[in-house]
Amino acid sequence: MKVLLTGISGSSGRLVTHKLLAAGHQVIGIDRRPWPEAPAGVSVHKADVRKRSAEEVFRTERPDAVVHMATVTHLARRSEDRYQINLQGTRAVFDHSNAYGVKQVLFVGRHTFYGASAASPLYHGEDDPPQSVNVFPELSDLVAADLYAGSALWRYENLSTCILRFCYTLGPACSGTLASYLKGKRVPTVLGFDPLFQFMHDDDLATAIVLALDKSLRGVFNVAGPSPVPLSVVIREAGRRQIPVPEVMFRLAMGRMGFPRLPQGAIAHLKFPVTMNTEAFREATGFAHEHDHASIIRDFLSVCPVPS
Amino acid sequence: MAWLVDDEIMDRVEQLEIDFNRYGVDAYGASKKGMARAGTVMAWLYRNYFHVSVHGIEHVPKRGRGMLVGNHSGGLALDAMIVTASMMLEAEPPRLVNAMADKFIERVPFGSMILSRLGQLTGLPEHALRLLNDERLLMVFPEGHHGTAKLYGDRNSLVRFGTGFVRLALRAKAPIVPFAFIGGGEAIPTIANLERTGKLLGLPYLPVTPYGPPLPRPVALEIYYSEPMVFEGTGNEEDRVIQGYVDQVRDRIAELIERGVRIRKGRGEASQS
Repeated sequence: MKVLLTGISGSSGRLVTHKLLAAGHQVIGIDRRPWPEAPAGVSVHKADVRKRSAEEVFRTERPDAVVHMATVTHLARRSEDRYQINLQGTRAVFDHSNAYGVKQVLFVGRHTFYGASAASPLYHGEDDPPQSVNVFPELSDLVAADLYAGSALWRYENLSTCILRFCYTLGPACSGTLASYLKGKRVPTVLGFDPLFQFMHDDDLATAIVLALDKSLRGVFNVAGPSPVPLSVVIREAGRRQIPVPEVMFRLAMGRMGFPRLPQGAIAHLKFPVTMNTEAFREATGFAHEHDHASIIRDFLSVCPVPS
Repeated sequence: MAWLVDDEIMDRVEQLEIDFNRYGVDAYGASKKGMARAGTVMAWLYRNYFHVSVHGIEHVPKRGRGMLVGNHSGGLALDAMIVTASMMLEAEPPRLVNAMADKFIERVPFGSMILSRLGQLTGLPEHALRLLNDERLLMVFPEGHHGTAKLYGDRNSLVRFGTGFVRLALRAKAPIVPFAFIGGGEAIPTIANLERTGKLLGLPYLPVTPYGPPLPRPVALEIYYSEPMVFEGTGNEEDRVIQGYVDQVRDRIAELIERGVRIRKGRGEASQS
């Protein structure tokens, strides 16, 4: 099968590429960022998914399947730009897929879709509504992209559309929201709160994507690794020191004194859990995570040791 | 051993038939260490401060799903804590009771953290159903927070019951174990509930006793568990049908309270003479 990866140069994109090649698939990619040491046989087209040059890739390469990973999830980027990439980019990918004979599109979404709030249930089912829109408006572009991708299920009936909502990833890629949060020697938390965190190994994310493609999965599925653990345990096991900060001070400190510059809504994710029910995906694909908590954290530490 | 943890209580926690991960945390965030620590304090209160007597604990299923349904007695969740302690200390094997906490607690710093480490989730139907399907023992007070607001004179009465618990029990095919809790109203004799002061503290209201703060007095507390009640159905029945089942549970609890109060009065008179 010929698979097109948008956002191939990102750390997850690279892992998925290797997994797909190992499974005997042909891989091509689109990314604005280069991937100089891409494996032999993988052509990386330097293009923006929203631009005409990306459409030309669909037209000339005629992929069988598309994995859409070119969404911006980190919050450092200005929201207008994010909105453009996440929503318009997703639209372009589905339109081109429909126009150029793609059989399957896989949208890589995030658990943040569900939103962290005191009143939300502990294990989200795929049919839960997105509550993040009101508690964390900065994520609304991702929520919109996720819902838009879902609408392809009825708009493009000949396309096999699959939306995978992944929990936090951690591991040797040492990138992503959780990894950046844990990078420093001291990790600030909100005093009096210790939410459950669900995370999975970068490799298991790649495995899940390959499995979903192999099974021509259709629909919306949550994907996660081992059972969630309290945030304090993650920090302790990663050898970091937890610094509980009262919420008022936390809000004031954002973007100062070495604290990450994050929107206020991000604090909710340090107070309340966003955990997902993943039985449907496991049943549909036979997915079983290979890495448990200890192995995930060990691989993360091998690349991101505690700074001295 | 960790600070403030009694070996005996840790041993009881170890006997719980629940899956814990390598960090001693279950799928809902309940931690062995947290439960042993809270259990140590509760066990002391249970045995030395209050005089708790438990009747009919053999009616509670030893394993598998079940729903403890009882009356509220005394403010500040004293009833919930004592019932939880009774299942931890007196049931063989010990069982973890998963209660459904009021939503406001989740927003208060330390509130959600402490409750979660003790296996107590926010009161949502999704949580209840999931816990039952996970073969847990759920505790429900269908009177809700109107029940905890009972004044001293009404301490052995029942206010209106919510009906959601019966639908959940039907949906999960879980037996209902009605129970009566007696003595909470004497432990915390509420003479008034201050709503404004409570709001300032982030509580729905603040109960006041003749001696001021709602601190429990060292009185006798009794729990009467009854035989399980099993209703047939899907949980999608008309309100009228569900209300019938709710009334049956409510009547059973009222009976248990009446019996308990009679015995309690008899004992009181006997000790006076």
